[in-house]
Amino acid sequence: MTVTIEHYLVLSAILFIIGAYGVIVRKNLIIVLMSLELMLNASNLAFVAFSNVLGDLTGHIFVIMSITVAAAEVAVGLAFVVTIYTHHETLNIDVLRMLKG
Amino acid sequence: METIIFYVFAATSVIGSLVLVSHKNPVASALSLVLTLFSTAVLFILLLAHFIALIQVLVYAGAIMVLFLFTVMFLNLRDESLRFDAVKVPVKLGILSLLLLISGYFIFIGFKKIPPLNTMVISHPEPFGTVEGVGEVLFSDYLLPFELTSVLIVVAILGVVVIAKRRFD
Repeated sequence: MTVTIEHYLVLSAILFIIGAYGVIVRKNLIIVLMSLELMLNASNLAFVAFSNVLGDLTGHIFVIMSITVAAAEVAVGLAFVVTIYTHHETLNIDVLRMLKG
Repeated sequence: METIIFYVFAATSVIGSLVLVSHKNPVASALSLVLTLFSTAVLFILLLAHFIALIQVLVYAGAIMVLFLFTVMFLNLRDESLRFDAVKVPVKLGILSLLLLISGYFIFIGFKKIPPLNTMVISHPEPFGTVEGVGEVLFSDYLLPFELTSVLIVVAILGVVVIAKRRFD
């Protein structure tokens, strides 16, 4: 039994679902950010798989851009986390309701 | 051989991500995310994306995870309420099964609409996915997006400095 592209796509979908589950269920803001990284990583896997089957390197370029955006997003997000923690003394997203969400 | 490597590293990536979303300790979650990212890097090598695998290990598993671990260490979270999740166990199972159902539906119609791929992983000739191949495309066809990325990074750095220096009144 050989590995086809569908295997990679299904694995990517599974990782994406687990990441989305973590974003919905967890209370800790840092772990929510980590689950977000997991979802981005899953989409990168799908990009690389399609890039292989189509023989086109554009997918690789897109993954490089996606990793750059993820790095920038994590830097800004963790700066927010540190600021929120110094101000509110908690990272529980059920307590942080100053936007009345 | 490739089949065995695929299944082993697919299993480790799924296990790592499950530990990430279920473990109580943020440090354990971060380390399991490192495991997942390394396994995905191996899968990228199987898909002949050598340069992407390199970037994945250097940037994702290196820089980003060090940032996460530094923040966890820096904050030294002792909040007991964070040990519990936002919802109860039946709601969790409901959310998980709903997500599985939705994605299963989209996988089904996706595989029905597109012509069946059924392709094995293709072994392209040498410059595909190496630094040479990706660099040639990146610096010819996609030069403008590549340069705009630097603007994004400058904006992110400025934003981080402004946010981190702000003091609430």
